[in-house]
Amino acid sequence: MYIKDKKKVFALADCNSFYASCERVFNPKLENKPVVVLSNNDGCIVARTSEAKALGIKMGEPLFKAKETIEKHNVKVFSSNYTLYGSMSNRVMKILEQFFPDIEIYSIDEAFMEISSLRKIYDYSKYAMKVQKIIFKWTGIPISIGIGETKTLAKVANHIVKDNPKIKGVFDITKIKNKETILKKIKVEKIWGIGNKLSEFLIKNNIHNAYEFIQQNNRWVRKNMNILGLKTKMELNGISCYDLENSFKLRKSCCVSRSFGRRVTSLKDMREAVSTYVIRAAEKIRNEKLVANNINLYIRTSPFNRKSEEYYVNSISIPLDFPTNNTIILNKKVLNGLNKIFKKGYLYQKAGIILSGLETENTDLNLFKKNDKKKEILMNAFDFINQKYGKNSLSIASEGVKKKWLMKRSKCSSNFTTDLKDLLTVRC
Amino acid sequence: MKTTLYLNSVCAGFPSPASDYLEGEIDLNRYLIKNPPATFIVKSQGNCMLQAGIHSGDLLVVDRSIKPKNNSIAIASIDGELTVKRIKISGKKYLLTSDNKEYGKIKINSESDIFIWGIVTKVIHNVY
Repeated sequence: MYIKDKKKVFALADCNSFYASCERVFNPKLENKPVVVLSNNDGCIVARTSEAKALGIKMGEPLFKAKETIEKHNVKVFSSNYTLYGSMSNRVMKILEQFFPDIEIYSIDEAFMEISSLRKIYDYSKYAMKVQKIIFKWTGIPISIGIGETKTLAKVANHIVKDNPKIKGVFDITKIKNKETILKKIKVEKIWGIGNKLSEFLIKNNIHNAYEFIQQNNRWVRKNMNILGLKTKMELNGISCYDLENSFKLRKSCCVSRSFGRRVTSLKDMREAVSTYVIRAAEKIRNEKLVANNINLYIRTSPFNRKSEEYYVNSISIPLDFPTNNTIILNKKVLNGLNKIFKKGYLYQKAGIILSGLETENTDLNLFKKNDKKKEILMNAFDFINQKYGKNSLSIASEGVKKKWLMKRSKCSSNFTTDLKDLLTVRC
Repeated sequence: MKTTLYLNSVCAGFPSPASDYLEGEIDLNRYLIKNPPATFIVKSQGNCMLQAGIHSGDLLVVDRSIKPKNNSIAIASIDGELTVKRIKISGKKYLLTSDNKEYGKIKINSESDIFIWGIVTKVIHNVY
């Protein structure tokens, strides 16, 4: 029997100023105060609270540009602590999963949910408000939930929540049949799926908000913005084109690269650095049960100090004899490659490795694959120990112990939730 | 993630008579943590809660999801400072006290800058 697909309803849960909110959980003094969080190496502002936003601090602004405002208004500044944010994100997502069975974790601080199955039992808004309260109580993280007929409309609903402090965290756009007024408030650059270039193009054509966008005829949209633009238009009209993506997309490559906290000059320090990246990258692909066919290694000096420091950049592509995710094999290959491209006398600023040609790990026999079982067991143990006793409990000797080259993260908070040595101290 | 490593090879032959009775080992995480996404571990500092069995340096398991009862030990935020306090509930009134009598009682009302961060459910104390 043919059963007509019931109308879907989507919700988007988005953590408010997520990184800054994580810092506030463990430091209640920051409540109601302006807080910003910096990118790797303390370069740019990547998160800000509404209080910091009100002071005119912009997203992505370099720290030195905002320095005056920060000092004048005593804005609290943090280096990004991704270990902490990742752990808090896991908690939030786990709670969301308990309450919404159909969920797609979209980013570190956002998740889409398909909620039409709740139709008969609950009022969407009331249910969402309940979950929002629970997440705040259990984790201390404030979230906003937007509800709409499509993913794009759920995003729109979420923007409405964020722009209107009066709305208490949840907005259900499905209750509003004529969405003209609301869509007029959404600038084209805020529409999900419309990037900087497209929004520039639309503005040039005198299309400034979501309502003006959906007035355009399909042929024009299709011609100028291809099929994705058309889908966005349909989604804004309440016709769902994007479903939840439950199966994680297989990634094609895995990249680990960092700028060094200070310049690296010796081969020894450089070996330590790239070995650490190999360990991270291998761990990542092992987690996803993938194996790599190729490694790229690159090293470079700073491109911005060409006057005072001589510029040098080099990379090497290292094919692997057979697909692997074994840290020891990968590390050996990378260190061999490093010997070939490393030149003395330069002030290196960045290095990175890219594992590519990723495929799913399978047990197909490989003529050239020697008995790898032992190494596999070793790698399992390696990951297990690092998960159990904290990162870097076990490492390869070439990774080094001191890590002079580590990122500059001068204002980093502690790993309150992942490291016993870093626990929050509470007075009594 | 839990992995069991079997480094020994497996022998075909008579199976262990105990294999039907194998159960998981005792898992302290399950005993200590009832609601993982809402549970945090903090370290105590100071000796004002000795009567509650909390010594300086002990680890406190804090559950943010449960309701306080009378005499519950709580992590309270007082003027942005996190402290360990005992909660006394009488009627609708909530009081924060310290087992050390030198510290006064603090009333919680809607205007004060005080909130309950979480409830302490277990104390982990080192004796060796």
